[in-house]
Amino acid sequence: MQPTSHDFKSNARTALADRQLQEALSGIPGGLVAQRRAARDRLPEFDDLRDYGRDLRNHALQHLDIYLERYEQAVTEAGGHVHWASTGGDACAAILRICQGAGAQLVTKGKSMVSEEIGLNANLEKAGLEVVETDLGEYILQIRHETPSHIIAPAIHLTQGQVEADFRREHSQLPKDRRLIDPAELVDEARQILREKFLNADVGITGANFLIAETGSSIIVTNEGNGDLTQSLAKVHIVITSVDKVVPTFNDAAALLRLLARSATGQEITSYTTFSTGPRRAGDPDGPEQYHVILLDNGRSELLGTEFREVLRCIRCGACMNHCPVYNAVGGHAYGWVYPGPIGAVLNPGMIGIKEAGNLPNASTFCGRCESVCPMHIPLPKLMRHWREREFLEGETPFVTRLALKSWATLARQPWAYHALSRLMSRAMKFASGRHGAFTWMPFASGWTGGRNFPAPQGKTFQELWAAREKQAARTGRTQ
Amino acid sequence: MSDPATKRPRVGLFATCLVDMFRPSVGMAAARLIEYADCEVVVPHAQTCCGQPAYNSGDRADAKALALQTIAAFEGCDYVVAPSGSCAGMLKAHYPRLMDEGSDDHARASAFAARVHELVSFLVDVRGLSDVPGAFSGTVTYHDSCSGLRELTIKSQPRTLLKSIPGLELKEMDDCEICCGFGGAFSVKFPDISNAMVEKKTANIAAADADIILAGDLGCLMNMAGKLSRQESKIACRHVAEILAGELDDPPIASSDDKR
Ligand code: SF4
Repeated sequence: MQPTSHDFKSNARTALADRQLQEALSGIPGGLVAQRRAARDRLPEFDDLRDYGRDLRNHALQHLDIYLERYEQAVTEAGGHVHWASTGGDACAAILRICQGAGAQLVTKGKSMVSEEIGLNANLEKAGLEVVETDLGEYILQIRHETPSHIIAPAIHLTQGQVEADFRREHSQLPKDRRLIDPAELVDEARQILREKFLNADVGITGANFLIAETGSSIIVTNEGNGDLTQSLAKVHIVITSVDKVVPTFNDAAALLRLLARSATGQEITSYTTFSTGPRRAGDPDGPEQYHVILLDNGRSELLGTEFREVLRCIRCGACMNHCPVYNAVGGHAYGWVYPGPIGAVLNPGMIGIKEAGNLPNASTFCGRCESVCPMHIPLPKLMRHWREREFLEGETPFVTRLALKSWATLARQPWAYHALSRLMSRAMKFASGRHGAFTWMPFASGWTGGRNFPAPQGKTFQELWAAREKQAARTGRTQ
Repeated sequence: MSDPATKRPRVGLFATCLVDMFRPSVGMAAARLIEYADCEVVVPHAQTCCGQPAYNSGDRADAKALALQTIAAFEGCDYVVAPSGSCAGMLKAHYPRLMDEGSDDHARASAFAARVHELVSFLVDVRGLSDVPGAFSGTVTYHDSCSGLRELTIKSQPRTLLKSIPGLELKEMDDCEICCGFGGAFSVKFPDISNAMVEKKTANIAAADADIILAGDLGCLMNMAGKLSRQESKIACRHVAEILAGELDDPPIASSDDKR
């Protein structure tokens, strides 16, 4: 995927003017947000569980090397293979090698953001493989040639009407009077097509929500059951995931799953939670002949020792974007790369560079709603600010901003001069505004005045009023 | 420190740069309320801005210099109080983070932070105020500014004091905890998004059908008032301190002099 994060501002403008997108986004507060709130309220120990989850992930990340080694060992013992990939290119190459080794032509895929991160589909298709997305949202995007706009609800930017139209166009066998209103009906319709693909697939690729070090298991959660069919019907199951997903034990994973489902969709538990440990054993009724895990790093291990390390706790629940007023205004595509919303604003600069992604950590009011709902207590605003600091230190902050900032800071460090100028400005602006109380246009702030007026000052500064009061008090002999 | 004759605590009023330049009446109202809570008010001349513009633009060095300047300006005060959740949050939560852990500056910033309070939470939580000098009869709605709400857990305090005013009816609006889209430089750097956010806010304000929209931060208020004024709304916009102190002589924010 070619990043367009540098175009964030114009992407956002387009998104704001897109009626259908705005209609789709308007469903978030009453949907995912309300569902999470209800789930949190039903679980009195929710906040304790969050603290527990945070500590657990901190522990796993502090000893990441040990747990990854243990995990690899357990996978190998179960008859599977672990492939380490330091870049997206390495990961794609490893997956392609496995597919070609199995003589594969048809690949089915469950939802995986890491596969988006490495551009897997395009890579496999270039090599002549047919790749079919089996998650409903991803399936819709595939027929629309679009990318996900959300990490758990990839097609959240679409209205129900748009999806119905897509289905009627692509599934030409559909009778005109067939209802396609509910998600369940859409899933049914997609299944008609997907069933044949599941049965004929040579390789099934899934992501992983967590990896368990003690057992070598990978876990996926879905609500459609497509992951199970993807991974158990094909001869080869490939798990594409990243190094930060490993947790020590089965119990640890269970605690995190409780947080994940509630934070993501407000469910107590997702409809399907699937554990995979190695390939089919003698006597197993089904399962793949080969089981491979691709462990992608792509800059993650470099974050470990830095001020950004806390972001690695992320369990990809999407709550931060659901609650983000900026995400709610512009949707996920405006962010211009795989991970949108607050988590994207922190992750993307590390993956595609601060030059490309610099807009993202800046496009936040630091309202803190993301941090307040993050099940892992990731201080997202603080981490965004750290990216702004890097940007500033590396000289990537735009020149005009730098200049304005420096002149302002120099002035603010000289109170006498600062107060004199404030007095002058206050008077001048008050004078210029006449009796109107607000400006409909202001030089250097046309962005602001494009959509709202700019309030005029009262004409005197507080320092002036206070000095006058003190003088008065001294004259009348009143003590404070 | 505190006045030995009266034993009243000495409160340094950190007016904030926006109040100083745009709406000094908020500073006067704050002083009145602090005095009403039986404290002495001082206003150090060496204060300017809390440093957020630098801090939030990634310019740590200037933010740190301003932090040290502010800390020095308020030496000798028992408390430092600001009529803004955002600036009080900066002084209280972020100044220590600007200093190297273990350094003298860090110790100074931490000791300073412990004395800092946002105005309304100071009145209620520290001074135990349960009534106010202000008088107002009519309906108001209240916007919870982000930093005050999430960094300083200011939620019930303004409501407690507002409800103590006879004749005042508080009508809560939907999504009162969602950001208004101000965000300091954000509003100028990303004006389209900021504008879309404040548009949702003013729709909720209008739906609450109150006479006045109140908040505890002038930045948010200027944003909301600017939008309401563009929409030619009749709803007045004021800092909560103005109502609590009964300082209502000046016209509401972004309103013409004729609308007193
Ligand atoms: S940052 Fe937190 S809220 Fe956002 S996706 Fe990750 S875990 Fe969820």
